[in-house]
Amino acid sequence: MSGTVLRVEELRVAYDHPRGAVRAVDEVSFSLRPRERFGLAGESGSGKSTMALAILRMIKPPGRIEGGEVWLEDLPLSGLSAEAMRRLRLAGIAMVPQGSMNSLNPVTRIRRQIEDALTDHASRLDKAATAARIRSLLGQVGLSADVADKYPHELSGGMKQRACIAIAISLRPKVIIADEPTSALDVVVQRQVMETLGRVQRELGAAVILIGHDMGLMAQFVDRLGIMYAGRLVEVAPIRDIVTAPRHPYTRLLIDSLPSLERKGTLRGIPGLAPLLRALPSGCAFHPRCPMAVERCRAEKPAVRAIEPDTSVACHLA
Amino acid sequence: MIPIVELREVSKSFGRKAALERFSFSIDPARPGITAVVGESGSGKTTLARLLLGLIEPTAGTVVYNNRDLRSLKAAERRGFRRDVQAIFQDPYEVYNPFYRVDHVLTTPVRRFRLARTKAAGRLLIEEALHGVGLRPEEILGRYPHQLSGGQRQRIMVARALLLRPRLIVADEPVSMVDASLRATILGSLQKLREELGISILYITHDLATAYQVADTILVLYRAAVAEAGDVELVVKDPRHPYTKLLIGSIPQVSTTRDWSAEETPALADAPPGGCTFADRCPVALKRCVTAIPPLYRVDARRAAACFRLDGAPAMTDAELASLLAHN
Amino acid sequence: MGGYLRRNVSLLVGIVLLGFLVLFMVVGAFVVDTSNAAPLSVPVLRPPSWDYPFGTDRTGRDLLAVMVAGTPLTLKIGFIAGFFGVGLGAVLAFTAAFYRGTADLVIRGIADIGLTVPGLLVLILIAVSLKGTLTVNEMAIVVASLAWLSPTRTIRAQVLTLRERGYVEIARLNGMSGPEIIFRELMPNLLPYLAATLVSSVSAAILATIGLEVLGLGPVDAPTLGMTLYWVTFNAAIINGWWWWWTAPMVVIVIVFLGLFFLTVGLDEIANPRLRRAA
Repeated sequence: MSGTVLRVEELRVAYDHPRGAVRAVDEVSFSLRPRERFGLAGESGSGKSTMALAILRMIKPPGRIEGGEVWLEDLPLSGLSAEAMRRLRLAGIAMVPQGSMNSLNPVTRIRRQIEDALTDHASRLDKAATAARIRSLLGQVGLSADVADKYPHELSGGMKQRACIAIAISLRPKVIIADEPTSALDVVVQRQVMETLGRVQRELGAAVILIGHDMGLMAQFVDRLGIMYAGRLVEVAPIRDIVTAPRHPYTRLLIDSLPSLERKGTLRGIPGLAPLLRALPSGCAFHPRCPMAVERCRAEKPAVRAIEPDTSVACHLA
Repeated sequence: MIPIVELREVSKSFGRKAALERFSFSIDPARPGITAVVGESGSGKTTLARLLLGLIEPTAGTVVYNNRDLRSLKAAERRGFRRDVQAIFQDPYEVYNPFYRVDHVLTTPVRRFRLARTKAAGRLLIEEALHGVGLRPEEILGRYPHQLSGGQRQRIMVARALLLRPRLIVADEPVSMVDASLRATILGSLQKLREELGISILYITHDLATAYQVADTILVLYRAAVAEAGDVELVVKDPRHPYTKLLIGSIPQVSTTRDWSAEETPALADAPPGGCTFADRCPVALKRCVTAIPPLYRVDARRAAACFRLDGAPAMTDAELASLLAHN
Repeated sequence: MGGYLRRNVSLLVGIVLLGFLVLFMVVGAFVVDTSNAAPLSVPVLRPPSWDYPFGTDRTGRDLLAVMVAGTPLTLKIGFIAGFFGVGLGAVLAFTAAFYRGTADLVIRGIADIGLTVPGLLVLILIAVSLKGTLTVNEMAIVVASLAWLSPTRTIRAQVLTLRERGYVEIARLNGMSGPEIIFRELMPNLLPYLAATLVSSVSAAILATIGLEVLGLGPVDAPTLGMTLYWVTFNAAIINGWWWWWTAPMVVIVIVFLGLFFLTVGLDEIANPRLRRAA
């Protein structure tokens, strides 16, 4: 257990629906090493955002954590009281949620928003020290000190997102979860923000979980990548391996569907539709769309198989 | 041949902010093709789309359809315009009226443009259109919008365009809100419309990669002006404008041979007036760039860029820009 | 439907209360002799008894008959005024919100000015200056004259938000004209909202009616709820201890308003999906 900063084991999250419970996260297990960059990729409905919320124990009814465990270093999170968990958020595990740049308080200056985060966690710094800390945080994310006195609407999208990263790192967390941090940003700004995130993570010695659906972005940023489909983690491997030799058919198709800037006429999609979580196909959830499916795939749900220490795949044919 | 629709010296401002400045552009029906308009937010690409569709009016200049100013069209001519120029929008949910089933979006144009004589003929037309985009009518018709996925809804919109057989489709970010695995299918349908029915497509997007895959020619917009234009293969493989280079370099790709980095300096909030709009960020800016606006230089037969570093090449006129984009 | 009513309790309560009232009026009309609602029909000032379950008043009216005959009258005024208010209000609201420009400026201006003037005061002035006594229908018109102000504003706000939706742009691309877009695309989405506005408009109209009547400015000869209360004050029934005289109309009025209130809340929940309780 030591050696990993975050460990998720057999996590299960369900949503209660009048027509029956729906499992959004299905027995997901993975671990994160210190300073590692882990990507969680999947399309809409794959369960990746729910995963992030589940790690932080922020699932609200009608959702609930059905089972499984999350460890932050050696501390199991399920045993914590609500108050202890609240203190852990931001200080131990920080999150930059989706669309967070639009969730900044529009009537409060940036300075105050960072201060709020610090005081919520009983920061014992005096006024001068807090101001210095805020300056330093803004500097770490590449923002000038005068940004502290601005309102969110006075900042561009990229600057707002970097402010959110500043809030996320203000208490030196061990893990930063970034859920689609750049999906609303232009591609040039995206690169700047990802550069910032990477630099900040290295300086802090924190691990990062990057959640998204842009495989190109994953390829350029993460060390290891997990692919989610219909709530399951169908493949995990170092990024180079995933890109050059994907094991799961879905991963393969996903990579093939990326538009290349090198050769025209290579645009390909994945036929069929992502399944509805409340009407999952039998056996392997991907089998109706899988070009390699055999009878066994329809009958039996493939278990997640560890191949090497960092690699696992859930497929009968891999 | 008369262009289907044209912008002549069109400027559009919202309050003090200029979205487009003295922009001239036309779509030539002689050789239908797919033109991509690529730009980031604030580049003016959405404004361009809405002007072409007649949804907003220019502050200066004229939007011309069949050689007539859009604002002066009479009812019958306007109907003709609506028949010839159609759109596919970005948000596949907003475009559906939640009160009606999705059929409404297909039956309304059939009825309004009198595309079929009888109800049965209309139904057949709709089913064909749905087949044409890879959807099964029995899974789609009779459903409400919230019962279908984003990808399905967007494909229905393409089917709608198919029904109308316009001469030009303005597709404003048609796949940006759709899952990656479905984008190819939808873009493929658009390509099919061009190949099989000779419909010109204006593909507006911020995603240069799909633009490269799908389009023949490309227009790169930056801050309400054209930075570079021409054959898509040339512009993407050998960009001449510093902004295009920055854009291409910033796109993260899976390939290990591409370098995810590009030289740049941080942008100012508003472009300094009177000079090239990219001057404040340009790593290779000259003194000239701050005081004068570069014209479009014709770099070679199939491409042009607006950069003073290309001074020496002949400057282009608007008519030449139209022919440059005209898919020879 | 049953399942929904179980979750939308307000709607259920509203329907039950109003349903009870309707039953009262309908069954009452058969069972009770409504001619006894006129003066000098029955012995005066009898407390509730088996013969006269609601008692009788000083002019010889059977109060049960008064309630059965008068409630539909009060409701009628309220409905006419309420419908007119929302009808006119909707037309003005759609015009103002859809076309913007001068139409919007004018309509909004008049509505805003009208809303700042105290409504009851205006109604009193109107009622007082009309020569002679009012009939029930004339009463309805008086109240309706102001009933359109608030609906115009609120419906306009709703239309303004809907106007920017993507499907309105698609409708424009289909070559639809303004009125067509209003009727085919915008109106259907507003039906739940219009229904909620209608109920609250009717509610307000009934309140205004009763208010005017209590002051003696209503149709004097009609046995409406408000007029009954007027006679109660005129004859000092409270001081004189004739409790049954004011109890009957009060109870009916309370049921009317509670019913309409719960109905409004219930309809609001349908109209505004964000208010819906999680399933």
